Amino acid sequence: MSELRPLRKMALTGDEAVAYAAKQADVDVVAAYPITPQTIIVERLSRYVADGELNAAFIQAESEHSALSICIGAALAGARTFTSTASQGLALMHEVLHIASSMRTPIVMAIANRALNSPLNIHCDHSDVMNARDTGWIHLFANNVQQAYDLTLMAFKIAEDPDLLLPVSVNMDGFILTHSVEPLEILSDEEVRQYIPHIPYPYRIDFDRPLAYGVMALPDTYMEFRKQLFEVTRKAPQVFRKASNIFSAISGRSYDLLTPYFVEDADVIVIALGSTIETLRYAARRFRERRLKIGVVGLTMYRPFPEKEIVDVLENARCIAVLDRAYSYGGVGGPLYTDILSTLYKNQIGVMIADFVYGLGGRDLKLTDIEQLFNKLFKSLEVGRFDQDIYWWGVKDD
Amino acid sequence: MAAQEKYFKTIKDVPLEDYFTPGHRLCAGCGPSLAMKLAMKAVRMPTAIVNATGCVEVSTSMFPYVSWKLPWIHVAFENTAAVASGITEAFRILEKKGRGSMHDVIAIAGDGGTFDIGLQALSGALERRHKMLYICYDNEAYMNTGIQRSGATPMGAATTTSPVGKVISGKQERKKDLIGIVVAHKVPYAATASISHPLDFINKVRKALEIEGPTFIHVLTPCTLGWRYPPSQTIKISRLAVETRYFPIFELEYGKLKINIKVSKPRPLEEFLEAQGRFKHLFEPANKDVLENLKMQVEENWNRLLKLEEIGLYA
Repeated sequence: MSELRPLRKMALTGDEAVAYAAKQADVDVVAAYPITPQTIIVERLSRYVADGELNAAFIQAESEHSALSICIGAALAGARTFTSTASQGLALMHEVLHIASSMRTPIVMAIANRALNSPLNIHCDHSDVMNARDTGWIHLFANNVQQAYDLTLMAFKIAEDPDLLLPVSVNMDGFILTHSVEPLEILSDEEVRQYIPHIPYPYRIDFDRPLAYGVMALPDTYMEFRKQLFEVTRKAPQVFRKASNIFSAISGRSYDLLTPYFVEDADVIVIALGSTIETLRYAARRFRERRLKIGVVGLTMYRPFPEKEIVDVLENARCIAVLDRAYSYGGVGGPLYTDILSTLYKNQIGVMIADFVYGLGGRDLKLTDIEQLFNKLFKSLEVGRFDQDIYWWGVKDD
Repeated sequence: MAAQEKYFKTIKDVPLEDYFTPGHRLCAGCGPSLAMKLAMKAVRMPTAIVNATGCVEVSTSMFPYVSWKLPWIHVAFENTAAVASGITEAFRILEKKGRGSMHDVIAIAGDGGTFDIGLQALSGALERRHKMLYICYDNEAYMNTGIQRSGATPMGAATTTSPVGKVISGKQERKKDLIGIVVAHKVPYAATASISHPLDFINKVRKALEIEGPTFIHVLTPCTLGWRYPPSQTIKISRLAVETRYFPIFELEYGKLKINIKVSKPRPLEEFLEAQGRFKHLFEPANKDVLENLKMQVEENWNRLLKLEEIGLYA
């Protein structure tokens, strides 16, 4: 049936697309603080409210810490709640990120991924969200503007699922997606209303049934609370699939936890997050024309980590390259690399693998950089090993 | 019109119902626990309570027990005003959209959570004009973590981080003028109160709830452990704080100041100080200048308030 729907095309930047999705989601409370490169999202939302196109409380907080705290209060009161941030703002929220998930508040947040200070830099990398990876949030990654729009709508469906009730972040690469105009197809307001109707938050502040939220738990009970978070987080993949199936029926666009590309017969597989996936796919097509068997895997859901699905796509690869747009300083590698290594080890897959740290602070990963990287992978495969475990790709030598 | 003339004329007018119930784990003689009990007497409808981390929070919400018969929310230490902002705005918009109704929201935080770490969130909330009441219960130090100095600790007081040492005796800095900071946000209502004057306090809470916009009450709540006095003396010490003019009781409606308890013949400040172990060292000859300084501050503050009341404005 989906091909019979009238197509609604727009040309929007990533920021605009996310704001448009939040408007269509009829959010009740928006609390945010301006920070580049997400500022346009809150500018657009405040404009929608000022023009009467969105009936919401728009609250510009005095900091990101307060913005997310406002969202927690609003979510507990039963409001559909949205915020967005980037970089330092996400870092300033850090304490509250943990509380938002532990208190099971279904907040949706767009993160315009940007590097962390110091040196100060406003451009894209994933250091901000990687710093928040263990906070109990569901972290989704968009590869393009269409996905940023779609995943924002899906994020409400996922966050508010009564089986889950967890905050969800939608990550999009700062400037690369937030400020690039791309054509996208949108749903009608009515389709969005049907997809994500307002359902009452089951534990909302209710004066007939007063509850205490955020109580004190001592060593005799604290672990049981945390185990609940552990258990519910593991339900996220199935909730994602449920949300995705309904979304697909409406939109004709389907999403899974991973975006495998040319992986079936691939000797070499490259794994990454965000907009880089698109360039990697383009490069992979060119290599395939030369009969070089390379595949590309993107993660739409980064947290919880789709272990099983990763194993399914990687188990037959002979050589794996993980592209990390962040680093875990003092650790064994970048955050994505560490996750992949652990997953492979748990499943006794002893394949050759290396980490390629790239694109920090917005450094371009050009097609030529990727082709050099691919060549490096095939050369390493030939000799049967990498000469390093961690490469900082595209760094000037002197 | 004084607040107490309006809602609860005598203690008999105060409802018997307690929304803050016994069984909590606050100390015998705890000032803040009395403030909570009294404040909850003034609620006028189902009300959401937002509580900062601190003595009251940890001692009234020990899982699986809770001392609050109202929805009670604790998120963190420094963001109470922000969480309350979110709740009150959600109530308002949900009522507007036909999916809920407006209710009162009271934010409660100690002096550490207000004077220090929560000041930014408080300032933001006051500036944004949310309909909410913020009550700061002030026991003049971080009592929950073991009596560390805060921006509310008075000059000279000994705490575990402003100890009486061989070369430095107690806190060297003045107490922050919190109500001055609050009033600088041009709020419609701000007041001080003392648990020794329950009717005044309860009426102020009700009055604040009746007013549209952000309102603020600063209530002095002595701490038996931190101030070092016997638990039976809490009310007496609270009263001495008022009667020595150490803690003047006043309110500001749209910036217009009224002293609610006129202390025409103040007791000597020493009576308030002597009753507490935290000021014991001030009576040693070496610390005479600190004592004199403290007395001067109290006198100066009182005279300033009198003048402001006379002019009709708070500077």
